[in-house]
Amino acid sequence: MKEEIIIAGFGGQGVLSMGKILAYSGLMEEKEVSWMPSYGPEQRGGTANVTVILSDDQISSPILNEFDVAVVLNQPSLDKFESKIKKGGVLIFDGYGINQLPTRKDIRVFRVNAMDAAIELNNSKAFNMIILGGLLKIKPMVKLENVVAGLKKSLPERHHKLIPMNEQAIKKGMEIIEEISI
Amino acid sequence: MAEEVKLMKGNEAIAHAAIRYGCDGYFGYPITPQSEVMETLMDEAPWETTGMVVLQAESEVAAINMVYGGAACGKAVMTSSSSPGVSLKQEGISYMAGAELPGLIVNIMRGGPGLGTIQPSQADYFQTTKGGGHGDYRLITLAPASVQEMADFVKLGFDLSFKYCNPAMILSDGIIGQMMEKVVLPDYQPRRSEEQIRKDCPWSTLGKPESRGRNVITSLELDSAEMEKNNIRFQKKYKEIEENEIRYEEINCENPEYLIVAFGSSARICQKVMEIAASEGVKVGLLRPITLWPYPYKAIHDLGVKVKGILCMELNAGQMIEDVRLAVECKVPVVHYGRLGGIVPDPSEVWEAMKAKLDIKTSHSDKTTAETGDSIDPDQLKEVISNLNKMVP
Repeated sequence: MKEEIIIAGFGGQGVLSMGKILAYSGLMEEKEVSWMPSYGPEQRGGTANVTVILSDDQISSPILNEFDVAVVLNQPSLDKFESKIKKGGVLIFDGYGINQLPTRKDIRVFRVNAMDAAIELNNSKAFNMIILGGLLKIKPMVKLENVVAGLKKSLPERHHKLIPMNEQAIKKGMEIIEEISI
Repeated sequence: MAEEVKLMKGNEAIAHAAIRYGCDGYFGYPITPQSEVMETLMDEAPWETTGMVVLQAESEVAAINMVYGGAACGKAVMTSSSSPGVSLKQEGISYMAGAELPGLIVNIMRGGPGLGTIQPSQADYFQTTKGGGHGDYRLITLAPASVQEMADFVKLGFDLSFKYCNPAMILSDGIIGQMMEKVVLPDYQPRRSEEQIRKDCPWSTLGKPESRGRNVITSLELDSAEMEKNNIRFQKKYKEIEENEIRYEEINCENPEYLIVAFGSSARICQKVMEIAASEGVKVGLLRPITLWPYPYKAIHDLGVKVKGILCMELNAGQMIEDVRLAVECKVPVVHYGRLGGIVPDPSEVWEAMKAKLDIKTSHSDKTTAETGDSIDPDQLKEVISNLNKMVP
């Protein structure tokens, strides 16, 4: 098993932390993991992305040019990474952030209307966890219980009360992700 | 007890490893992309547990001179910075080499020259391995290629620097510093007591007992005849280090057709290049120097002269390639590929460049570009290669 994933969007959308939670979940399953952020002069409103690799074997390059999965949360990220998805790979996008749909026909494309769902849950901070839920529905690379264990490990204790809310958001994402035909 | 596997950045691993080593003091000044070293130390507050001092100095120059002072007392002390800050430390490093002081310096390289960029680079290879500061001195240089090695090399760096009474450097970059990977941190070892330091470092300036004369730590010697003796002693020590402390890793090196020589983050990228090459039916080996000084000339020679060509991949315009060419005595073609200014090439870009530069023919040469659409623009790659060719001799 090896999943090479790029998660990209605006700074402040929770791109890096979503990648971190995925990486911690992989750690809980005793997989090899790497988490490589773009650490340029990003700030809220700028672009941010992170490459996460989960693998049963040792990971060679943390820098990649093609991915099994691209999670894109805004238009510039879609424009940048659509061409870098492997043939037969997966593209997941947030319906709110994209105004021009992807065009490739040799990949599977999914939409998660995470922004709408986050507003429905009355918690805009749940946005990235809803996306993560969608990703895990399509690519069940880690078990939900291990995501929760990963959250416990990565969050300071004072934030542990937020874990049930995050779990709820992940489940919501699993429910609402839908495949789009291009 | 089972060792706990943790997930953390390379910079954080350095900080944790320093505390666990029993480091006596860290002196630093923040700079991207290495600020997490001091941030982590401040979070961990080791002064409350092991008694380790963590101090944000007023500048990089102050920090390295605090390291000089701590080291003169036989303490295990360190500093870290990134390229522009390490340039500022060069005078202090030269003085430490001249006074034969141990100490650990960490450089998480970024693109230069000048303030340059905050993105990853390996352009300080010359500075680190060929001098940096003035005078005939050498700096023990370790190049980690993983977060695990970032943690492990803190102990190795300190141990070597104390063994030879010479400063040591961990030379890494923004990729290994910023990425998170699994790591098993070393066990805690206590800080050495003052009594232990007096025993291990009889030269240290911890106060003069009746039983001996005073210890003087200085790099100054105005009498040329005496200074030459010092220099000869240093050179003898450097020779001993070259004989005993060369470290490197060979991956996939049983009779390869071609060889890649790369260190640190570049070696990680090139491991993937090997996988792509294998998928196209070309056997490529990777030799990764772990010590950049002392340099594994002989290992590169012995392997290098048997292959059809060597790629030296580094995130600079061609620095380590000089040592690779020296190693193989120009008996085989050695070409360079690297991107500049903080740009990090991806593995298929490196492979395309390697094929183009070493004229490697494969049955399905265009596989990568054909399968992934336009992930690499061949024209752009040609332009990059042609620009680099103009720069690299």
